[in-house]
This record gives sequence, C-alpha cells and structure tokens, in this order.
Amino acid sequence: MAMSKEMGGTHAESHDTHGGAEHAHGEPHEPVFVGERRKQLDELLTRYPTKMAVLLPALWMVQEDRGWVSEAGMAEVAEVLSLTPAYVKGVVTFYTMYHQHPVGKHFIQVCTTSPCNVCGAEDVVHAFLEHTKCGELGVTSEDGKFTVIEVECLGACGFATPVMINSDFIESVTPEKVPDLLSKLT
Amino acid sequence: MGYPHAPHPRETTVLSKYFGDRDAIGLDGWRKRGGYVAFEKALGMTPAEIVGVVKDSGLRGRGGAGFPTGLKWSFMKPGDGKPHYLCCNADESEPGTFKDREIMRWTPHALIEGCAIGAYAIGAETAYIYIRGEFTEPLERMEAAVREARAAGVIGPNAMGTGKRVDVWVHKGAGAYICGEETALMNSLEGRRGNPRIKPPFPAVAGVFGQPTTINNVETLAAVPHILNNGAEWYKKMARADNPKSTGTKLWSVCGNIARPGNYEVEMGFPFKDFLYDLCGGPPPGRKFKAVIPGGSSVPIMNMEEAEAALMDYEGMVAKGSMLGSAGCIVIDDAQCMVKQIARLARFYAHESCAQCTQCREGTAWATKIMERIEAGEGTMADLDTLLEIGDNMTGKTICVLSDSCAVPIASGIQKWRDEFEAHIKGKRCPFRAAAAA
Repeated sequence: MAMSKEMGGTHAESHDTHGGAEHAHGEPHEPVFVGERRKQLDELLTRYPTKMAVLLPALWMVQEDRGWVSEAGMAEVAEVLSLTPAYVKGVVTFYTMYHQHPVGKHFIQVCTTSPCNVCGAEDVVHAFLEHTKCGELGVTSEDGKFTVIEVECLGACGFATPVMINSDFIESVTPEKVPDLLSKLT
Repeated sequence: MGYPHAPHPRETTVLSKYFGDRDAIGLDGWRKRGGYVAFEKALGMTPAEIVGVVKDSGLRGRGGAGFPTGLKWSFMKPGDGKPHYLCCNADESEPGTFKDREIMRWTPHALIEGCAIGAYAIGAETAYIYIRGEFTEPLERMEAAVREARAAGVIGPNAMGTGKRVDVWVHKGAGAYICGEETALMNSLEGRRGNPRIKPPFPAVAGVFGQPTTINNVETLAAVPHILNNGAEWYKKMARADNPKSTGTKLWSVCGNIARPGNYEVEMGFPFKDFLYDLCGGPPPGRKFKAVIPGGSSVPIMNMEEAEAALMDYEGMVAKGSMLGSAGCIVIDDAQCMVKQIARLARFYAHESCAQCTQCREGTAWATKIMERIEAGEGTMADLDTLLEIGDNMTGKTICVLSDSCAVPIASGIQKWRDEFEAHIKGKRCPFRAAAAA
C-alpha cells in the first residue's frame, strides 16, 4: 500500500514512476526461474488448481532476486505461467509492493495513516527525508542507498510509528531514533 | 494479555493467553499448551456435528461484518462432488486493527488448527491463508508453522493419520487494502487484480477458482479450537445477560492517543468506559479524549458521550451510533485536529480505491480534495454541503463498501465536530496548527 508523492487518488495503480522509462525496455534480463527457483515454482504449482494462482508468488521471487520487477521480468513470468505479458503487467500495476523501477538499496516505508498520524508520524517522515538526504518522497538519494515513501496503514497501529526498511519491520519509531537506525544500514 | 503489556485482571485471555510467549510459537510448545487436541477431536466428529457446535456457540465473524460463523459454514454442502476451499482472511489492513498480526506472530499453530478444523467442517481439502505482504514476520512464522505441522503429519495428505487430506497453505499479498474484501481476496489469490466481485454468486456457491468457498477472519478461525475443546455452552456464557447475540471473547486493538496502546481481550459486553480508562490507562498525561473510532477506520466516529455509554459487543456499539467492525479502536485526544484526521482517512480510501466503480473512484478523490482544502483554510461553507452530498452518492451504490467507508467518517465528523470545520473555514486556517505555532 505504498503511496507515491503524486497520489492524485484517481487510480489504485497510481504508482511513482521516477526513472521508469529508461528501464522499461531492452535491459539484459538474466532468467530468474532456473535451478532452485524453478524447483520452488514447480512446488508452488502443486498447491493451486490453476497456474495463474502462482502469479503473485512468482512476481515476489522476481523482486527478491532482482530488486524490482522489470518488463522483461514480467515477460519471463508470463512465459512460465502461460499468461500474456500484458496480463501480467495489469496485475503488477494493481499492487503497490511490486517495484516497477529500481529503488534505493534501503527502501524505507513510513506509515502515516491516522492512528500513526495522531502520534506524530509526519515528524518521522521528515526525519527520514532529512537524514537520508533524499529530500523528497519517492526520490532515491544520490548515492543510491535510500528511497523514502509514505505508506498506508502497516497494521501495527499500537506501535506507532511502524517503519518498514526492505523486509524489516520496525515498531515504535520516533524522529530521535532515525539517525541511529540509519547508521546501522550500510 | 494487553500485549505488549502485562495482562489486566479484568481481561479474559483465551486467544491472547500466549501472546509474548516464545515457547508457544513452535509445534512442541503448542502441543504442550493443548494444541491440536481440538483438531483430533474434530476428525472424530462429522462435519455437520462441528458446524452444529459452532452454530450453538454463537461465534460471529471477527473481520468486521459479524456474520454467524456456523451459519456461514452450513451453506457449504460436503459431498456435492465439487472441490471446496477455505480462505483465511489475514489481510488485516483496516486502520486501527492489529490483532490478527499478534495471533499469527505468537500462536501460528492456533490459526493452522482453526483452518484445519474449518476446512474439514466444510468439506474442503485445502485452506489458503492470505496474509498481507507487509506482514513479514507473521508470514515467516506462519510459513514455518505450516512446514512444521506438515512434516509432523498434523496436516497434509494424511492428517493426523486419519487418511483425510487437509492442506493449509500461506499466500502472500502484495499491498492492497481492498484485498481484505472477501471477493477481492479471492481474485488476488487466483492471480488477478484485486477487484471485488459482484455478489451473487456468493462465495459458498462460486468462490475462489469458481468453487464453493468459505472465507473467515483469522480471529474467527483461531477461536474455533477453543469452542470444540470447551463446548458451546462455555463460549455462550461470555456475553451480557441481556444480549445473547454477541458471545465469546473479543480482541480489541487499541491505538492513537492513549496511555497503553496494545491488544486486549475482553468478554462481549464489557463497558467501554472502564475499558478505555482502566484497562488502557486513559488519555496521555495532560490530555483529554475527544473521539473514538471503535471498529477500525470504516465505522462512524463516536464522541466521548457516546463512547463512555457504550457496551463492547456488536449490538452495544450499534446502540451508540457506531459499529464493532474489526474492533480496531482509534483514540483521538483534544490536541488533534478532527478535520486533519478525517482528511487523512479520506486520503487513505482514495489511495486504496480499486477504481472499479465510478462513485468510489471519483467520490473518494473528490472528497479528499475538499477535506484537504478545508484543512488548509481554503474551504467554504458550501463545501460542507458538497461533502455530505458526495457522501450520499458514495453510499450503498458500489460493488463493495470501500466507498461507504470513506463517506462514513466524513459524515459523522461534520455532524459531531461541525464547530471545528467551521473554525477552519471562518478563520481561514487550522486553529490547531495556529495554536501549535504560537
């Protein structure tokens, strides 16, 4: 449920598109579904009555291995699941957690929905933007290390403010804790 | 257990008894605490008998709608020659709600056991637990627990050595509030965009993969083993004497401006005032409560007069103008600007609209724009009427209730805190922000 800066609110798939275009076509794509990954995919296929049901898990594998889901990655997923690339893209664009462009090495999501908002979540966002030198939401820092975005309800409202850094889920973050958190990220 | 706090003596810890107890996470520890005894018992009963006990207990859906669980299960007809499915809704995304997260983190086998019993009772061989993608730790713990239970033969092709197949699988979502809507979840599980489906057909007729399906919330399924172990009568007793329609214990997630946020488990009908002040410790020092959203962000906002007179069950919350919903209780104190917080909620719904229905796609975005304009001191009195009119057009007219959920807090906000809205419009600025800057 990541939010882009220019939310607009008209489409659920209103993704941040910074830097998308130059990566959209023609980049070399190393296949993901070979060896161990292929075995994992084949095992997953036994759990569902349709191949299509493995689409979300397959996209997760692409993102785990490549850091984002490129159009070539979507095409590979389409191929292994007997879908069309257009169909796969339609699904990718619905879900906010799939990155459609490369992001910083540390992808930082700060919850700012009302329960966290009343506990000062906006100050936490500002602290991250300042200390990462990203300056702006959705923009990757010059050294490529950080991208900071606001995210809608992370489902840990009693531990305001929860922050996700890649797959690490950190509870009760305050602006004061931000420099220390960042210093641990290399 | 009031997790992460010590349990309060007035809590009734059934589901939350082992929250915070690391030894309860694994299969051995769970068995020592009575785990999988109920599943074994269930496998010796007929599906109809299990449905009967659950019906008798009065258990109702804990995801928000409060539909009687036994009745829902009875819509499934084992032996109709079709594959049946059980879906467990672990997409917990309703702002203010974080109870299912703790069930999965601390007692993953409780959920697997509930799923296994539920699957058997509805004639399903497969249960899918759909967990939101952001729940990385619950996902890991659930996956590990499923592997453990499978390896031990508790679930799988020969569950508990009975020759019956009961598979339980974890499916990871990818970031979409709407996938907590039951038919959107099914679309998502099938590998589609998470758009809600038009009903009918209802899931019991044509659900996931077009087959008869039952979908239940995490907390609902986790309660089932306790009901089989202790009996329907035991569960039914945990209710108000004058309201047999809400039974059992309920987990309440409490967050926002309150001394002790966390999860609390109380019997149905508990007085809300005692809950807020005694169990949760009242407002932060030097502050007063102003508003409570008792059932997750989609229910009407209560003022304190309503909240302090309310009883914590399905009917008790309705009697005071709101709903129990998912029991995600958001508390707002007198230092907060209601206009700002309602604008923020509107923005949430605008962001999460799947954009399928016009009233929702346009309405949530338009209402957000107006709310943010008022908050910035640029609103007009006519905006208030426009908001209410948009809200009317967003209510009861769409495939799912996301649109309604956006309209509800706006309408109750304008109705109950009109003075704050007018202060923004007449003063051309946010009075709270002005006070903070002074």
